[in-house]
Amino acid sequence: MNKSSAPRQSLGELLPKLVVAPTFVVAVIFIYGFMLMNAWLSFSSSRMLPKYDWAGLIQYEKLFANDRWWIAAENLFIFGFLFIVICLLLGLFMAIFLDQKIRAEGAIRTIYLYPMALSFIVTGTAWKWILNPELGIQRLVREMGFESFTFDWLVNTDMAIYTVVIAGVWQSSGFVMALCLAGLRGVDDNIIKAARVDGASMPLIYRKIIIPGLRPVFFSAFIILTHIAIKSFDLIIALTGGGPGFATDVPATFMYTFSFTRGQIGLGSAASMMMLMAVIAIIVPYLYSELREKNNEH
Amino acid sequence: MSINRVLVYCLLGCAALLYLMPLVVMVITSLKDLDEIRSGTLLSMPQALNFDAWDKAWGSACTGVSCEGLKGYFWNSVLIVVPAVVISTVIGALNGYVLTKWKFRGSNLFFGMLLIGTMIPFQVILLPMARMLGFLGLAGTTSGLIMVHIIYGLAFTTLFFRNYYISIPSELVNAARIDGAGFWLIFVRIILPLSVPILVVSVIWQFTQIWNDFLFGVVYSSGDAQPITVALNNLVNTSTGVKEYNVDMAAAIIAALPTLFVYVVAGKYFVKGLTAGAVKG
Repeated sequence: MNKSSAPRQSLGELLPKLVVAPTFVVAVIFIYGFMLMNAWLSFSSSRMLPKYDWAGLIQYEKLFANDRWWIAAENLFIFGFLFIVICLLLGLFMAIFLDQKIRAEGAIRTIYLYPMALSFIVTGTAWKWILNPELGIQRLVREMGFESFTFDWLVNTDMAIYTVVIAGVWQSSGFVMALCLAGLRGVDDNIIKAARVDGASMPLIYRKIIIPGLRPVFFSAFIILTHIAIKSFDLIIALTGGGPGFATDVPATFMYTFSFTRGQIGLGSAASMMMLMAVIAIIVPYLYSELREKNNEH
Repeated sequence: MSINRVLVYCLLGCAALLYLMPLVVMVITSLKDLDEIRSGTLLSMPQALNFDAWDKAWGSACTGVSCEGLKGYFWNSVLIVVPAVVISTVIGALNGYVLTKWKFRGSNLFFGMLLIGTMIPFQVILLPMARMLGFLGLAGTTSGLIMVHIIYGLAFTTLFFRNYYISIPSELVNAARIDGAGFWLIFVRIILPLSVPILVVSVIWQFTQIWNDFLFGVVYSSGDAQPITVALNNLVNTSTGVKEYNVDMAAAIIAALPTLFVYVVAGKYFVKGLTAGAVKG
């Protein structure tokens, strides 16, 4: 605001702006300023200490030449894909079954959703014990009489990433269930009644009317789950520590390791920029479609 | 009851058992001694109620170099959570109030700008923030963590309150303004009394987010200032001597109890917070 108009504004008019001003300043510095600083770091030659020079694309070249980065990216893809698909399917089916005027619905819902209240560190710790290759599920099944049963995914380089999927799904599928259930409760009963009168069976009604009607819910759930997947860090640290070796590294753990334990700040910031790009690639189309919908409503 | 309904109940019941299983295993394991753990299975019951592992997890287990259990870190988390939740919620409420009832040119743009703050992966601000905390002399302290949690919580709390206040009719506010009521009086007398549900949502959301945070905790705190999630991870990964699974599980439950308690007491609001951003408000 320029000086000439300031005196004409009374304190009363200025007050609302003053109230949001701190948040504005904080957002400009700590979100946008920091994002720019981080982008700059990724173009610098920083190693142990941040250096604000210009080194071009060196860090990105190093990143793309790093096998560990590609393992991390592949793991994120495997984990993200399975985590999202399984959560969506489980969430949808649990919600549909729960929507059949079930007795004790509240209690069951509470049970499905409680893992969402836990820290990923707690979830990781619990599943690390359950999946323990000696004393965990393997022992349990062997004691039941299946002597040759082996379940060593946690320490198996090829399978360890799937243990992250299991724990992640356990934690987050209840949330999709809650979203879907809210969506199902919003479906107009009259449409269903009309379809029944016309002789449609319930499975057909679900397939043709109800599930297609849940599209916005799926969309939101998809965005949130993608976001959880790209950011996932704590779960992997607690469950596998990125191991065995670095078989379960994901971009978030890669970024942490290189930035804070290996003194490769430039490389770490380049990795985080790639994570930002991934989020933008998913969020922008989402925001775009949201805005278009809003405009159509007017 | 038709066969279909029996099937539905069976499926729902089995799923419920599967979801409960990890918690049950955690509790059972925490009550056994190490011999019972080695000779039994995940689901074999403890022979007697034995709270030694809990004692140790709380007061004497090793979390890295120090061996004083989780209690100090538990209180660290409390000391971080309380001010961070209160301050971010208050500022969020005021922001939401301005953004809906005292709109100005550019206020929508400001909101959009903040909204992006709910979506960025925090990895992109980790390094500059570390430098800033060092610059402010807050590196490795709980005060630094409180600041970080307030800053990156603001986008969420503002979103909650803005989306809630937008449904309060502006006529209420306009009428009060004509009667001469000012910014603060309207907020305190009209808006706040209507805000209880969203206050609960915001407090619960921030509480769970901050209590469960690990990323900021592990990067920005050290030694005695660490929050409980970091201490729990250290405790589980401290590899001196015998692996004490019972102590690990007791520690994990201790770290989970506050958020579980909130969830059980106020689950309805918890779900609302989770879905507030997702289902259009």
